[in-house]
Amino acid sequence: MITSGKGGVGKTTTSANLGAALASLGKSVVLIDADIGLRNLDVVMGLENRIVYHLVDVVDGYCRLNQALIKDKRFDNLCLLPAAQTKDKTAVTPDQMRQLCKELRGDFDFVLVDCPAGIEQGFKNAIAGADTAIIVATPEVSSVRDADRIIGLLEAESMPSPRLIINRLRPAMVRRGDMMGISDILDILAIDLLGVVPDDESIVVSTNRGEPAVLQPASRAGQAYRNIGRRLLGETVPYLNLEETPGLFGRLKRLFGASG
Amino acid sequence: MLELIQRLFARDTPSSKDVARERLRMVLVHDRANVAPQVWEALKVDLIRVISRYLDIDEASMDVQLQTEKDSVALVASIPVRRVKRPSDGGQALGPGVGAAP
Repeated sequence: MITSGKGGVGKTTTSANLGAALASLGKSVVLIDADIGLRNLDVVMGLENRIVYHLVDVVDGYCRLNQALIKDKRFDNLCLLPAAQTKDKTAVTPDQMRQLCKELRGDFDFVLVDCPAGIEQGFKNAIAGADTAIIVATPEVSSVRDADRIIGLLEAESMPSPRLIINRLRPAMVRRGDMMGISDILDILAIDLLGVVPDDESIVVSTNRGEPAVLQPASRAGQAYRNIGRRLLGETVPYLNLEETPGLFGRLKRLFGASG
Repeated sequence: MLELIQRLFARDTPSSKDVARERLRMVLVHDRANVAPQVWEALKVDLIRVISRYLDIDEASMDVQLQTEKDSVALVASIPVRRVKRPSDGGQALGPGVGAAP
């Protein structure tokens, strides 16, 4: 399950890109949009026009599971189970989610559940179905605080220790002392780091087009997500060098008190 | 001119990221303590057990809290003591001693 507590930190973007990254590495992946009533994974993937049935239809028995699964445009081994847009999160129970994930586990290498923000029904449903959790956090006070709460809740449910993706890092701000860095966040949250994704305009462009950033070779965020995909498969991948070493001019600027 | 020199060499204003880190650290001490009441209870039980080796205390009136000062959080315990145990007591409570305060 891909969760965060805080909204807007990049769970859906992460789910879409991780799904695409794993699919491009040859694994079969199903993405479940668990944000019932506010679905977005379909739009980020560019599959919004292909929705016929959705998650609530499946758990209500209105259709078969494979009727609701949408095959991705680019990868045969990547599928999406979209959320309902007209229900709300009480439309699915934890037991239904558990059953659904159990069924999907047999057919796919990876089942990624894109959680809604918050700690209510959508979150609880995802816990019921998931084996492990990935927490997405940005280097901001409210996001880290909420991530800490989520870690506590996951521990209380006996989930194995979650792993962290730090999203939207801005190395220049970290260097200036205006943004918490990787070690600051890891000191506070004390969980294993899965990856770091830099803040990148290419994410906006990729969402505009409905094409995950991992497909754009020039996208730094896409590269970060591709690396995370490889780490999920057990490979040791060095972290992207996001720090730009300041040249002599930069050092002179800092010495004379100029900002930046 | 003095100001310029001060600006060049002074590092006394903490960066906003340091402020953020400290605020987060303190807020999480409170968040985690509030969210896990059973941990808090276990802490109290352990405290009582250790302190009772040396002091006979009034468990019912014991108060343990996290108190926040300007830039630090402290665990503050107020534990009424009935009497100090002698080594010969060996951990058995003999009841309030003569002249002990209530």
